[in-house]
Amino acid sequence: MSGAAPLSFYIHIPYCVKRCGYCDFNTYTPSELKDGGTLADVSGDYIDLLLKEVEQAAREVPNALPVPTIFFGGGTPTLMEPADLGRVLNAIEGSFGFAPDIEITIEANPDTVTLEKLQALRQIGINRVSFGMQSAVPHVLQVLDRTHNPENVTKATNWAREAGFEHVSVDLIYGIPGESIADWQKSIDTALSLPIDHISAYALIVETGTKLANQVKRGEIVMPDDDETADKYLLADSAFRTGGFGWYELSNWARAGGECRHNVAYWLGANWWGLGPGAHSHIDGKRWWNVKHPTAYRDRMIANESPAQDSETLSAEEKESERIMLAIRMPAGIPLATLDSPTHERLLPYVTSGALDENAWQAGSVVLTASGRLIADRIVREILL
Amino acid sequence: MPAIPLAKAPQPSATDPAQIRNFCIIAHIDHGKSTLADRMLGITEVVEQRNMRAQYLDRMDIERERGITIKSQAVRLPWRSGIDGKEYILNMIDTPGHVDFTYEVSRSLAACEGAILLVDCAQGIEAQTLANLYLAMENNLTIIPVLNKIDLPAAQPEKFAEELAKLIGCKPEDCLRVSGKTGDGVVELLDQIVELIPAPVGDANAPARALIFDSVYDTYRGVVTYVRVVDGHLSTRDQIQMFSTGVRHEMLEVGVISPEPVVSKGLGVGEVGYVITGVKDVRQSRVGDTITTYNHPAQTALAGYKDPKPMVFSGLFPLDGADYPLLREALDKLQLNDAALVFEPESSAALGFGFRCGFLGLLHMEIVRERLEREAGLSLISTAPSVVYRVFRDDGKEMIVTNPSEFPDGKIARVDEPIVRATVLAPAEFIGTIMELCQERRGTLLGMDYLSEDRVEIRYTLPLAEIVFDFFDQLKSRTKGYASLDYEPIGEAEGDLVKVDILLQGEHVDAFSAIVHKDKAYAYGVMMTSKLRELIPRQQFEVPIQAAIGSRIIARESIRAIRKDVLAKCYGGDISRKRKLLEKQKEGKKRMKMVGRVEVPQEAFIAALTTDADADKAKKAK
Ligand SMILES: Nc1nc2c(ncn2[C@@H]2O[C@H](COP(=O)(O)OP(=O)(O)O)[C@@H](O)[C@H]2O)c(=O)[nH]1
Ligand code: SF4
Ligand SMILES: [Mg+2]
Repeated sequence: MSGAAPLSFYIHIPYCVKRCGYCDFNTYTPSELKDGGTLADVSGDYIDLLLKEVEQAAREVPNALPVPTIFFGGGTPTLMEPADLGRVLNAIEGSFGFAPDIEITIEANPDTVTLEKLQALRQIGINRVSFGMQSAVPHVLQVLDRTHNPENVTKATNWAREAGFEHVSVDLIYGIPGESIADWQKSIDTALSLPIDHISAYALIVETGTKLANQVKRGEIVMPDDDETADKYLLADSAFRTGGFGWYELSNWARAGGECRHNVAYWLGANWWGLGPGAHSHIDGKRWWNVKHPTAYRDRMIANESPAQDSETLSAEEKESERIMLAIRMPAGIPLATLDSPTHERLLPYVTSGALDENAWQAGSVVLTASGRLIADRIVREILL
Repeated sequence: MPAIPLAKAPQPSATDPAQIRNFCIIAHIDHGKSTLADRMLGITEVVEQRNMRAQYLDRMDIERERGITIKSQAVRLPWRSGIDGKEYILNMIDTPGHVDFTYEVSRSLAACEGAILLVDCAQGIEAQTLANLYLAMENNLTIIPVLNKIDLPAAQPEKFAEELAKLIGCKPEDCLRVSGKTGDGVVELLDQIVELIPAPVGDANAPARALIFDSVYDTYRGVVTYVRVVDGHLSTRDQIQMFSTGVRHEMLEVGVISPEPVVSKGLGVGEVGYVITGVKDVRQSRVGDTITTYNHPAQTALAGYKDPKPMVFSGLFPLDGADYPLLREALDKLQLNDAALVFEPESSAALGFGFRCGFLGLLHMEIVRERLEREAGLSLISTAPSVVYRVFRDDGKEMIVTNPSEFPDGKIARVDEPIVRATVLAPAEFIGTIMELCQERRGTLLGMDYLSEDRVEIRYTLPLAEIVFDFFDQLKSRTKGYASLDYEPIGEAEGDLVKVDILLQGEHVDAFSAIVHKDKAYAYGVMMTSKLRELIPRQQFEVPIQAAIGSRIIARESIRAIRKDVLAKCYGGDISRKRKLLEKQKEGKKRMKMVGRVEVPQEAFIAALTTDADADKAKKAK
């Protein structure tokens, strides 16, 4: 592997206190990992394992340029002691060096952070925090199985600013059963009133195997109509833009300079290394992913083996598919010059129907309008045929 | 010991007609014909105990599974009568039991002098039995009424003996009582066959005439033709000739089935057996035809030969277009054994290349389709079955239409459709329900008779098209399964018929066109458009779905344009997952059929062409 490019890091923390009904992330409650176990029991040596993987990364990608972005995701990364997270950062910095403008993000639960905790996280070099807000409406949060008090988000974001975080983001979810347009409007308005520079908003997806999926299957919960969810997207997009947040990816809006550079790295096909169970990595067209279960991961690391479960080396065609499907999600879109003329023909009806931006098309790019973003996958299929 | 070892029994080709009894068993499905035949094979000892298996004579898998007999068999059973102590040869001819094969049944009956009318005495007589009984009576067969399953606790032999007696004009005491299961009464039945059924009569010195009552393709031996010799003698030395085709054939083998083939020197007057001539295709050796010898040909054929006439047509298309040659091969192969199956290439804008196939009826259609899928491993879409319409145009020209999409668009003077005479037997409590159904289906009441106090026979004329639609399923469900149905074609009649077309975004979908009665056009249009609205996924643009008669729109629906088709999240680990999903969707897109600009998934075609009853069947089969 050459990897002579900046290398980003994703660090997975696979623990949560409780599993939310809609969540299919690779995360575990302590008791799922060990009968009657506490967080300390199950995560005690986890940081050491991550450090081992950093060493592996250093051996594998010795030519990497300094690290531009790091992202602590989960799970609930704030369950770990800031000092412990700091050890991982030190190890990465020691091996690869940090770019001077490094962005280091952590996902946080607005209910469990305190000012002190945020200060400690800031202390170890983390400069961006992303809060899982989801909704400002209690009955909607209840459907998601999230019990937090909406007020906490206001408190948490203010503390984050007080603690000195340069970038603060919130995640929202819409298209939730029982959520009215007015409810969603309230979440939008609340988010816009916060001291933040970034918003992610995702349509709720019913993932198989989740509690929510079972509830839907049993008919206890009815998913809202797709058209209404589409309306909510348009509502949010226009409100965010009016509020000073531009879209820079299908589900992400930011004030100028507030874009999450770590995520942009994913979408531009940059190199990154994912640490921890189930984490994915990508270096120069090769993707691999670690064994999923924390115990399996521990076994691999203790045996000084690679935690990779499997890998794929992308063919030219696969690289092209990824380029199309990722680039179209961003405002720069796809240069028309990179697509052949039958594809242009197939896309023309989408210009006519208003799914593709007419001005951008004239200027030589395939760029989605707000309503076009809602059918992005269909347009990608049209391009890839 | 009434059974006679085969070697010591009267030998084929040298059996005095006076010692022969030819009979068949008429029974409704499940009344126990196969089981009784098994007992007869056992009691006459032509099958050893250790070789016995249930439904011995039902050879094809599909027969065994469905419990129906598609192809008849003829078995030679030696028997010493317990009454006069003499030796006899009983030829049991197993007739196919379904309405679609009426003609084949009639030929099997023509090969017999007598028939056992077998009735489950917990069920009573059914429409099928009645139809075949009338056929037997028309052929002047001696009828032996037999009540079966007397071992059942629910048996009501007295009640049904009354019913049978009334029907055939005998006394209730004349009905024999047997159990095919336990074998009770079967010895007595065999003796009564000898006593009651007349021996065959024929002129041994006349030129040979033998009736073909079945013709079966065998991979190893070519076509095996089952015959009943009426006059003269057939022997291996003869060259034979078919009356209908005039073609001469070498006689390669003559024999009898007992119940495995036993080669013999020949067959004499009254005997039943098989001949093998080297023909490769059952259409060269047709049921109902007369065989004579080439050197001493008979002057007149035996009466009753008819060409099989397909009554129901449907398009069969391979799900995977690449399987078209395979489908052709499989149909060619089936035709070797099925003189009634006809087909010709058909191409549908929506379904691609396939074959328009003609069948004797719905069961025949189902069996063919099932065999194609099972034996050739094909996955098929079949279009809605259609009957044969005779269309008279204003310019006086007449055309036959078996495919709704070929129904002429111009001015039409008249359309004739096939009519059947249907007989429904059911408990009297369902009279109202049945009459209502028949009325809805454009039926005309012919008459009604009580078979017993609480069971009736209702006779209607009905357009065959109505039966083909879903009459039988409706009848069964509305009578809790108690009614039975039989029908026979009786001609054609003018119908007030129109073609309803289905349009997707203004484009005709040929596979969904239907010829329906004017009063039902609207209902068909509404049903089809709303079904399609559910089945076709939303497209980039709004898609109007219309039902039309000519240029007049009678029903409309629309599929709203799609507004959301995107996965919200796409981070590190999502990327390869999403790419793989896209690749899968790309494959799915390839399987879409394009109707104009509208992408229609194949599943939508299948579902739209499947009636609810079919869908239920498919579910149960799973
Ligand atoms: N109890 C009882 N069941 C019988 C008798 N004869 C046949 N059956 C059962 O009835 C069902 C139908 O019999 P089958 O011989 O296949 O009928 P077929 O459709 O007329 O050939 C089978 O389950 C048999 O086991 C009988 O005499 N007594
Ligand atoms: S806190 Fe987040 S990662 Fe944990 S269970 Fe809930 S949604 Fe999933
Ligand atoms: Mg049977």
